[in-house]
This record gives sequence, structure tokens and C-alpha cells, in this order.
Amino acid sequence: MEGAKDASSREGHHCGGCHSEENGKFLNPTPMLNELESGPWPSFVSGFKELAERTKKPMLRGVLDQLEYSYNTKMGYWKGGLVTVDGYGAGVITRYSMIKDKIPEAAEFHTMRIQPAPGLHYNTAMMRELCDIWEKYGSGIITLHGQTGDIMLQGIEEKYVQQCFDELNEAGWDLGGAGAGMRTAVSCIGPGRCENACYDNLNLHLKALKHFVGVLHRPEWNYKLKFKFSGCPNDCTNAIMRSDLAVIGTWKDAIQIDRDEVTAWVEKKGMDALVNQVINLCPTRAISLKEGEMHIETRDCVRCMHCLNAMPKALSPGKERGISLLMGGKNTLKVGVNMGSLIIPFMKMESDEDVEAFIEQIETIIEWWEDAGLDHERIGETIERVGLKQFIEGAGIEADINMVSRPRDNPYFKAPY
Amino acid sequence: MSSPERKWKTIESGPHTYEEALHPVVRKNYGKWKYHEIPKPGVLMHVAESGDAIYTVRAGTPRQDTVDMVRLLCDVADKYADGHLRFTVRNNVEFLTPNKENIEPMIQELESLGFPVGGTGMCVSSVSHTQGWLHCDIPATDASGVVKSMMDSLYEEFKDMKMPNKVRLSTSCCSINCGGQADIAIVVKHTRPPRVNHDHLAMVCELPKAVARCPVAAIRPTVVNGKRSLMVDEAKCICCGACFGACPAMEINHPEHSKFAIWVGGKNSNARSKPSTMSIVAHNLPNNPPRWPEVNEVVGKILNAYKEGGRPWERVGEWINRIGWKRFFEETGLTFDDNMIDSYRHARTTFNQSAHVRF
Repeated sequence: MEGAKDASSREGHHCGGCHSEENGKFLNPTPMLNELESGPWPSFVSGFKELAERTKKPMLRGVLDQLEYSYNTKMGYWKGGLVTVDGYGAGVITRYSMIKDKIPEAAEFHTMRIQPAPGLHYNTAMMRELCDIWEKYGSGIITLHGQTGDIMLQGIEEKYVQQCFDELNEAGWDLGGAGAGMRTAVSCIGPGRCENACYDNLNLHLKALKHFVGVLHRPEWNYKLKFKFSGCPNDCTNAIMRSDLAVIGTWKDAIQIDRDEVTAWVEKKGMDALVNQVINLCPTRAISLKEGEMHIETRDCVRCMHCLNAMPKALSPGKERGISLLMGGKNTLKVGVNMGSLIIPFMKMESDEDVEAFIEQIETIIEWWEDAGLDHERIGETIERVGLKQFIEGAGIEADINMVSRPRDNPYFKAPY
Repeated sequence: MSSPERKWKTIESGPHTYEEALHPVVRKNYGKWKYHEIPKPGVLMHVAESGDAIYTVRAGTPRQDTVDMVRLLCDVADKYADGHLRFTVRNNVEFLTPNKENIEPMIQELESLGFPVGGTGMCVSSVSHTQGWLHCDIPATDASGVVKSMMDSLYEEFKDMKMPNKVRLSTSCCSINCGGQADIAIVVKHTRPPRVNHDHLAMVCELPKAVARCPVAAIRPTVVNGKRSLMVDEAKCICCGACFGACPAMEINHPEHSKFAIWVGGKNSNARSKPSTMSIVAHNLPNNPPRWPEVNEVVGKILNAYKEGGRPWERVGEWINRIGWKRFFEETGLTFDDNMIDSYRHARTTFNQSAHVRF
């Protein structure tokens, strides 16, 4: 293969110590990666190179050399291991290089997962402090954010992990989840800025994750369990697909209509737009015109959000707000993509008691899963294998027609009579 | 690894607290927002019941950032947004300010620093993606590089709002697809069954765990040179790489045996149609660093056809539902083949169980 040949011909650069500082540059040549410095989109390669030239951290030179080597050979060269901090069993993703004989400077390149504030809000003082601690102990590479929602501090040697964690922890940060336990959660911006937030997802996120912090740091379940908290059915955190426990805001009563704003909207966009882009796109045909006025039949509305998205000034969610809980969302591994499905149609989420009742319900669900689930089985897979009926029995949840798109279409069940 | 002189006692605090991170105008109007408008691409205006307005300027980032880059963003936040910033789930950074006059200078400064302002409304937003060769242990490619190349081509679409509806993209470095479901997803696939490292295996693997991990039951216990090991039924193996996670002796990484696939029609929002999963529409595309032009070309074809044919508010999957898959393939110039017929569990749910035909 041409790439591999090319890489091996340049191995001279990677003999440990014989780098190219003589030409005034700290970094070794990385012609493949340099191709990713052109073009208008911000370049991660330029960022890494600038950081390396400023800090002169050998680990950064090593990791750029290894990445360049990967671009040439089309192979990854990291293997896992076990690094953690005192008292925790998760949160540091361990990476040792498989080619440290060629590129010794990146022999260790561990990641510390850090839990951000719900809604990914920062002030610059906390962000700068995080950067300063990270630069002191680690590479200075930081991913905002990882796919599970963590701040990923990428590139630290094992010997600095504990000290780095201690300083971060003193500044109010804690490690994120990994392995077969509770994972870091994600929230949308919620009531912080969005008019459609149907509950205080930032508050629920913080309280639920604090409650489960023990099993986040010391995983002991069948497999991972993820929460995501979306303020409304637009589901900006992708909770339905990316979380085992998708907490999605909703409301029970009628959509609130500001008649004057409806009129203003029609004046601006035209009657065609009202018909073609709002009424005709309602999935349950809940909207009609009555004597020229927009009418929403609440009993037909499924709270899909479309009309609210199209007319944000004229329409708002109802006043009786709360959450729906969907469960079982996950991607490919092991038995294929699973979309979350509705388990609890509505729970109020206003008072501390509501939050406590929610956490108690989740505790019962997890107890069932610990008992019924197999090793490396996500809760959605357990529910599918064992049966939704059996799950709700075990979790003490009453059957509700909203849990299914329709009743069963086959007669294969054991009648209780 | 604990050092005896360690002085700090761990506080298991969980997520960082958020109240101090919220802009004062956000704290004042928390939960009391009335409506929002998008005055121009990259800028949002949210108005509260109190009459207060807060403006958001949104910009793209490379996601694989550095402390230097984050400090630059903090400088912008200190200068224009009272020391507050936040990120979106698509790796965009947001600055909130009640001062309308801060918007234009902030946009100019972000652009001059190389952060494109956009990512709002009916646009192609930035890509949710995975770690790749930089950090993953089973990557067949480098998502960051694919994303950079793709967003260079889609730069104007990120900065504008000319799509029928928002387009969300994802990129993944193996078929486990940690990048997730999206309107258009770029997913690389290993294409050769794992080579079993028999010398290594007994030391690093629990055999039953590796056997159980396989989605198609292609792994069986065996004995090699008197030692317990595993064998792979290569006719059954779909090269997903899942066994590597349980057993690193199932060596899946290979320099030549990987190809890209493109998937379309994933949607998590409940707006209009129910959330939907993606379908494969192109595969066997070369894994061609550093800029993956073949992948870029297919994504471009799909986006052009969608931009041309989609009606207002239709997401990619909804557009296809209206025009039908046959026309989708015609209009994008892609080719349907028998590998695109599902053959796994629940495959029947993807068959056309009707006499509805398009000619």
C-alpha cells in the first residue's frame, strides 16, 4: 500500500529524540494532516499544532506524529487499560500506544471525562480555571463535547491523573461515567432560554445525576444507563435515540393561542403559508379553519411541536406541563438500533416531591433491570427480550394505550382466564 | 496510584452546578420566555414575558479544541457577553447578550478568529461525531478529518438558512455508530472479519463474553495449539467489530479493509412525523484520507437534491417519504442494490407490505 510505504520511509522522524528542532520547528513534518489546515472551516490540526508550538509538550508532538502515521497507514493504534482515581472505578478512558517503540512521546494518552453543568452553560472564570488546570497536567487538548455529553480532557499520563483530578474536583468538577453504570447526562438549554421548556430539565438533571453519582463512579450494573433531558418533544438532546431514559417535556391541556399574533403571522406570511406550512403539516389533522380563524382540536393533538415551531410568537405549549418518560433508546450494539418507546405518558415535574417521586420510579426500574437483564444488555434490549408487559409489572407501572402504536396483532398470549 | 501525601478529599459532586454559569438576564427570566425570532443567520433573539430580550450569536467550532482556542472564546465572552458562554449538542458555541449593539462586532471578531457564525434555523449544522484515530481503540477512520473536509464544502450552508428544514449530520468511525442517527450520516465499516490472536487471547479475554457479544453468533470456542481460544465463522461474520470491545485479541483494525457508507432519514424530533431511523443509500465508498473526496461528493449529491426538491419544513426523511425511495435514488444519482435490503431482525418491517408501486 502506498500510504504505508510512505509512512515507513519517514520513520526516521520517529526514532525518539531525533526530531526536527534544528529547523526551528518543535513539530515533525505532518504533510497528510497539513492538508486539513486549508479550507474555511476551523481546523483541529491547526489548533493542535499551534498549541504544541506554544507549549512544547512532547506528548503533543507524539500524538500528531501518531495521527499522521494513522493517516498514512489507515489504522488506529490505541489500546485500552485501567487507570482511575482514588475511590472511583470509572471516568478515565485509558489509552496506551501500540507503536510506542516508533513514537515514544505519545506512549500514554489517557482521557479524563468531566461532567459539565446541565445545559452546557459556562462562565469564563470556571472555563479558564478548567483550562489552566488542564494545561498544567495534561496536553491541553479538550473536546467540547463528547458524544455522551462530557468535557473530554484528552491526553494525560497516568502519573498526573490523581493530582489533576484533585485540583479539578476542588474547583467543583467531577469525573463523568464510563463502563456498566450510570453515565453522564445531557440537557438542552431548557428554561434558560427556550419558550417551549415544559419542565426545569437543568434542575432535574442535576438532582438525578447527584442521586446516582455512586454508581456513575463505581459501575456495577449489566451495562451502561444514560439519561437525557429534553425540554419539549423537539427533543434537541436526541434523547429518544441516544438515551436509555429519555425525559421529554410535554403538556396535557390546550396549546395557548395568541389570536392577535396569529393574525399578524397571517398578514406577514399569507394564508397559503398557514394552510400549506401549518395546517396541512399537522400529523393528526388537529388544526382547521373555523370562519377564517385557526382552531386546534386539543383531543386530536399529539404534541408534536410543528405548529409551535412554525408560529413561535402565536402559539405556546399548554399550562399543565410535565414530562414523558421514554425508555430503551440506543444505537447499533448489539441487536440493532432501538428507538426509545413511551413508558410513562405524563408526570408532573414542578416540586421537590415530584423530583423525588421520579427518582424513586427510576430506582424501581433499575432494580428490575439489575434482576432481569443479562451482562452487556441495555435496558431496552432487556425489555424487548423479556416483554414490555413483564417489565411494567416488575416496575409497578400501569399499562397505558400510549405505550403502543396499536394493540397486539396476533393471538399468541397466555390468557389469565 | 494514590500518593501518600494526597491532601484533597474527593467530593463526589456529579455535574457542575449551573446557576453561576447562567447569564444574569437568563437567571432573571428563567422559565419565563415568551417567543424567539431569528433576525439573521447565526443570531437568535429570545423575548421574555418581562419584555427583556437576549440575543444569541452562534458559531461553529472544530469540536477537537485546545485550551488556547477555549481561552479565545472566553475572551469573546468577556468582551461581548458579560463573561458567559455555552455549547450546543452539535458542538457550536453560543454567546448570549442583552445588548443588541454587541452583535455585529461580536460576529466580526468571531469570523476574524476563524469561527464561522451560523448554525441556526434551516441550515446544515455542524456534525456530531466520534474520536477516530486520535483516540478510539477500534476506529476505521478519523471522523474529525472527514468532518473538517465536509464542513469546508458545506461552509456556506452552515452560514445560511436556505434548506427546506434543518439538516443534522453525523460521522462515525465504525458501524457501531457512536456518531448517532441523523438526516445524513457518514459511517465507516470494517470489511474483513477479525483475525484472532491466539497467543494473546487466553490472557486478555473472557471467552463467553466475546462469544456473547457477537450479533450474528459467528464466534465459537475452539482449541489452538492446546490452548483455549476462539474461532470466527467468516461466512457469518458481518465485521462489526463488537467482539473487539470484549476481547482485544479479535483484531479488527486493518489498513485496507474498510469502506464508507452513507445513511439518510434519521430524525429525533417529534415535529410532524414520528422520529425515524436512518436507511443506507450508498456504500463501498473508499476510506481515503486526508480529505475523503468520494464521501463528500455523495453527501453533496443528496443535499443538492433535497435543497432543490424539499418543501418548507420537510426534513430529509420526510422529503423521501413524500417523493418515494425510487425518486430519491433517481434524483440523487445513487444506485439501489441488494445489500440495501435489510436482512437482520425485524427486516420485514422494511419490506413494502402493499401493492403501492412507483414506476
